[in-house]
Amino acid sequence: MDSLLLLEQTLNGLQFGVFLFLISAGLTLVFGIMNMVNLAHGSLYMIGAYFAAAISQWTGSFILAILLTIPASMLVGVVLEIVALRTLYDRDHLAQVLATFGLILFFNEVVRMIWGPGGQFLSPPDYLAGHVEIIPGAPYPAFRLAIIAAGLIVAILLYVLITRTRIGMLIRAGASNRPMAGALGVNIKLLYTLVFGLGSVLAGFAGLMAGPVLSVEPGMGEPMLILAFVVIVIGGIGSVRGAFVASIMVGIVNTLGRTMIPYLLGSIISTEAAQTAGPAIASMLIYVLMAAVLFFRPQGLFPARTG
Amino acid sequence: MAEPLLVIEGLIKRFGGLVATDNLSLDVLPGEVHAIIGPNGAGKTTLIAQLSGELKSDAGRVLFDGQDITDLPAHALSMIGLARSFQVTSIFRDFTALDNVALAVQAHAGSSFRFWSAARKDRVLRDPAREALARVGLGARADVIAGDLSHGEQRQLEIAMAIATGPRMLLLDEPMAGMGGEESARMVDILREFKGSHTILLIEHDMDAVFALADRISVLVYGRCIATGKPDEIRANEEVRQAYLGEEEAVHA
Amino acid sequence: MRSLNPRVVVILAALLLLALVPPVMGALNQPFYLELFARVMVFAIAALSLDLILGYGGMVSFGHAAYLGIGGYAVAILSHYDIGNGFLHFGVAIVASAAVAFVIGAISLRTSGVYFIMITLAFCQMLYFLGISIEEFGGDDGINTSRSDFGSLLDLGDATTLYYFIFAFLAGFLYFLHRLVNSRFGMVIRGINSNERRMKALGFATFRYKLLAFVIAGVLCGVAGALLANLTQFVTPTIMRWERSGEILVMVLMGGMGSLFGPVLGAAVFLLLEEYLAALTEHWMVIFGPFLVILVLFARRGIYGLIPERSGRNG
Repeated sequence: MDSLLLLEQTLNGLQFGVFLFLISAGLTLVFGIMNMVNLAHGSLYMIGAYFAAAISQWTGSFILAILLTIPASMLVGVVLEIVALRTLYDRDHLAQVLATFGLILFFNEVVRMIWGPGGQFLSPPDYLAGHVEIIPGAPYPAFRLAIIAAGLIVAILLYVLITRTRIGMLIRAGASNRPMAGALGVNIKLLYTLVFGLGSVLAGFAGLMAGPVLSVEPGMGEPMLILAFVVIVIGGIGSVRGAFVASIMVGIVNTLGRTMIPYLLGSIISTEAAQTAGPAIASMLIYVLMAAVLFFRPQGLFPARTG
Repeated sequence: MAEPLLVIEGLIKRFGGLVATDNLSLDVLPGEVHAIIGPNGAGKTTLIAQLSGELKSDAGRVLFDGQDITDLPAHALSMIGLARSFQVTSIFRDFTALDNVALAVQAHAGSSFRFWSAARKDRVLRDPAREALARVGLGARADVIAGDLSHGEQRQLEIAMAIATGPRMLLLDEPMAGMGGEESARMVDILREFKGSHTILLIEHDMDAVFALADRISVLVYGRCIATGKPDEIRANEEVRQAYLGEEEAVHA
Repeated sequence: MRSLNPRVVVILAALLLLALVPPVMGALNQPFYLELFARVMVFAIAALSLDLILGYGGMVSFGHAAYLGIGGYAVAILSHYDIGNGFLHFGVAIVASAAVAFVIGAISLRTSGVYFIMITLAFCQMLYFLGISIEEFGGDDGINTSRSDFGSLLDLGDATTLYYFIFAFLAGFLYFLHRLVNSRFGMVIRGINSNERRMKALGFATFRYKLLAFVIAGVLCGVAGALLANLTQFVTPTIMRWERSGEILVMVLMGGMGSLFGPVLGAAVFLLLEEYLAALTEHWMVIFGPFLVILVLFARRGIYGLIPERSGRNG
């Protein structure tokens, strides 16, 4: 196999993994700390993408889009938490799943109402629109490299936040043993809103970065959401570190799988059959991975919960 | 002397650095009421969990009628005749008391892979269930929703469910838990009914009950059995008095 | 004379109304409603089957729509190879659903809580992806199918016959599940839902009962899928998307879970509301979404829970 193609696909996998991390980091914190299944998290990702697209189209500036989308995402997230999600904390997972499912339907339709069912364009800034030669003879889209870089920076910032700051300590305590943290006098309500806001920002930022690469359209959040859940189940609920490892794993397996499996299959069975079976197996691969992890290590790779 | 029905040999359970069950050995003779007492933290809860298939032991053996049951899961233990009641009431709150006991009967009354006939009309299940309820004094409360029963009645229901499975041995985990004086006395009367016909391993804090019912008593301290013997012997045992009874007697006085 | 339980009255009345749809709609010359109510009944069966494991068994499966797809594709794939025999169609739908449910259940039931929800959702997605990948059977676009052929016994090409065919399954399954949940097996499932730890202590090997319930539910939903394929003469992988699973969950919850007939009501309300709202505005989801949220937050026992019972005890 062409090693350049392999390199390119690996980088693509890494980039996809970064998206997944940005989405699943918030999701795993919300789930780990508030014990809440929030299906509408994908909608926050979508809203981030739409905001960014709108601002970018209106002002022509990508930087401005970043600067405005981040606080906007946080605002939407916090409002959502206060208005709709607070009442769900005490309810069982089924109720949470269904209520947030309703929110997905609502948001997808709102977006459709405002912008129509077609896709929106979010162009990357000119200085990132070209290619970079990572090794001579191997051009790779600059924007995708920027995504990987941005994601890694966010990962490091999150790491510092969670392990080195007081707020981070409270978050870890909440993820580890919520009732205990509450009993110790932590202002749980504020912590929840903060965590949710943080998750919304991460999701919105992911949407912003995804816009130029994937399409900005209604329902774009759900495929990512499912994968994000797979990631946090594999990584361990409540663990940002687990989310990071699992995202990269899933991103690479998913992307490489799609390229390699039809190719590998083609050497065993007929090309036609491989063309059909290949993509099918590749898309199922992630779920097989999740099932395997759940089978052998039901709490995931880096479980945060002790209480 | 008869062969013991239950033999615990060198049972060990560690939680990290803590040894909850520390090379514990004791036996239960058929037909006897054998009480286990001990201060809080002595390892009684851990022992029950190990004996009832909920916790895997690190070392040691448990033999039931000669058969090694050390690693058997909870449902298998029930099927070979070892029934338990729970310290924290564990019943089916939305079903009636009769439904609760009927389920216990059903577990041991043939196949549950029957999909058509109404279980509530099956006399093979309902009759023994009513009988068990009557034996614990809940006959009149058969049609009350279990969640609506008083705490004491729920504890009685626990016992009824245990005996309804037709066990050879009962593992009773603090049947008197949370009961006041009058209720406890009633429970002692109920349990006294089963003396002789059932072999009972009784974990209890309530000393009045223990001395009223037990044929033999074992004292657990820090995961080990420090003494086993008849009630009078235990009452007189200096080591036991220091470790446990001294405090209890003061409370009960 | 026994006094009538209001709930039984509602059920019988509803079934009677459903049975009267063909003659009434025929007289009013509204064939559209015939198909609409047939759809309602198909999804009522799907919701019913989910209620068995959800309402009675406490297993929150977010992947139930997969079986609609399996049943549908059984019919479509056999038709594709010119095998039209109805008995084969339904037979394969049943066997395939059972086999898939067995495998999915055997793996998923080792987990619980939200992990169970996620893993059932994942399996559903897997089947969806499998569906869109296989070009031979239409892939993303779906595939047309001819109706199941029962020879001289039944002509499913006749809309009214097909309607009553579906009705028979609905009524039959309702009765079957009614007996099932009150049978020994049903008691075990309900006991497991109530207190699994206690069930194990009593001597029940709980896993096998949960798995069997899961398989039964899958089979019933597979039959619904085969019926749907006959109704629409078209099968597409989108029927297996997790959003569809979510909709079936909504139907059960809306109608009232753990009641068997509640899901039937839920399916009817859901689909009829969908029709009504879609006629009002293109953007009906904007209303429906929040409605769903409010429903979940406030109507804990669903529509069926609003109908009074005769006595305190639920059957």
